[in-house]
Amino acid sequence: MLEIFTLFADWLTHAVLGLDPSSRLGQAVHFFVEDTSKILVLLMVMIYVIGLARASLDLERVRAFLQRKHRFAGYLFGSGFGAITPFCSCSSIPLFLGFTSAGIPIGVTMAFLLTSPVINEVAVVLLWSLLGWKFTLAYIVVGMCVGILGGLLLDRLRAERWLQDFAARAYRQAGDHSDAAPQAQPAPGTMTFAERHEFAKNETLEIAGRIWKWVLIGIGIGAALHGFVPEGWFERQFGTGQWWSVPAAVLAGLPLYSNATGVIPVLESLLGKGLPLGTTLAFCMSVVAASIPEFLLLKQVMLWRLLALLFAILLASFILVGWIFNAIAPWLDIV
Amino acid sequence: MKIEVLGSGCRKCTKTAEQINTAGAELGADFSVEKVTDPKAMMQYQVMRTPAVVIDGKLVHSGSIPDHDTIRNWFE
Repeated sequence: MLEIFTLFADWLTHAVLGLDPSSRLGQAVHFFVEDTSKILVLLMVMIYVIGLARASLDLERVRAFLQRKHRFAGYLFGSGFGAITPFCSCSSIPLFLGFTSAGIPIGVTMAFLLTSPVINEVAVVLLWSLLGWKFTLAYIVVGMCVGILGGLLLDRLRAERWLQDFAARAYRQAGDHSDAAPQAQPAPGTMTFAERHEFAKNETLEIAGRIWKWVLIGIGIGAALHGFVPEGWFERQFGTGQWWSVPAAVLAGLPLYSNATGVIPVLESLLGKGLPLGTTLAFCMSVVAASIPEFLLLKQVMLWRLLALLFAILLASFILVGWIFNAIAPWLDIV
Repeated sequence: MKIEVLGSGCRKCTKTAEQINTAGAELGADFSVEKVTDPKAMMQYQVMRTPAVVIDGKLVHSGSIPDHDTIRNWFE
């Protein structure tokens, strides 16, 4: 299915621009055209589809569904729901409060909150088109596991103690009347298809307009690394033998949160030059998920202690994921 | 009338408030727009998607920037 982009790049580079396929410039241009066209098209399609799904999703029903579920199924669905919901100030705080005040177990809400930043449609498209479906699937599964296990841990720690007062009170009250459904105001009208399309279209244009330049920059840097860094350089510098390379990768990813779309294209080259799989995965998760400014907004609904704990759980699990994947990479044959 | 825009201060909320202001001024309506960022208000109205719009204490919209016609309808 994706060959069409290779054919397009063949046509543009060789037939239209008349570049020699064996020349260095010809190869670089081909690489750039193929990757940018593929990624931009897939991104638009994916953001649109997810936008449509999101507009069709009735949050009140999702919430009622999570309330009824057995705890463990609840964790799975809470985390899955986090995967398709974007993590931003516009969505996470009201959803968090909606869940909490409905008495959904704190661990399930936390599973949602931990998974939401790790998995998002933009990262998934980039990973899939650049690193293949196996790596992407591994990323999604691992991301959901981080959310579910983190949620279970926070449940055991009774994390509701560290919510802001008003949220904690609402949670307790809801728990006292667990059989009484929350008095949700009916959502003002369900959306018609035209409205959903409008929502998804706006979403696509808004996100694509924001990130396209990062994609181009990232692919440019990736192409440069591709051409100039010697084969196996990363393997010698940060190979699996060095235990510290994974924590270092996670720390290095922290300040890059705003440029996740630019960083992922670079990963392709890094992997190609021998950066170990686990280290790459850990770096990727850190870049995509650990956005300090977005996390600080959660201060409105939770105390510092819980906020720090959430962040620490994310970072610690990325490091663990890195080590585990480095250890099992020889048997995986993922990339 | 008293219009409140609920949201944590994201771009979409700002835009919603702006558009309500513009539409209201065009129609010469008597109104006030206030941006509410307090999460307690969101909980009170059981809003799970922002931006949300509350008119005189009643939730009328949530989850997106309302379109032009919807906003004009509120003033009629």
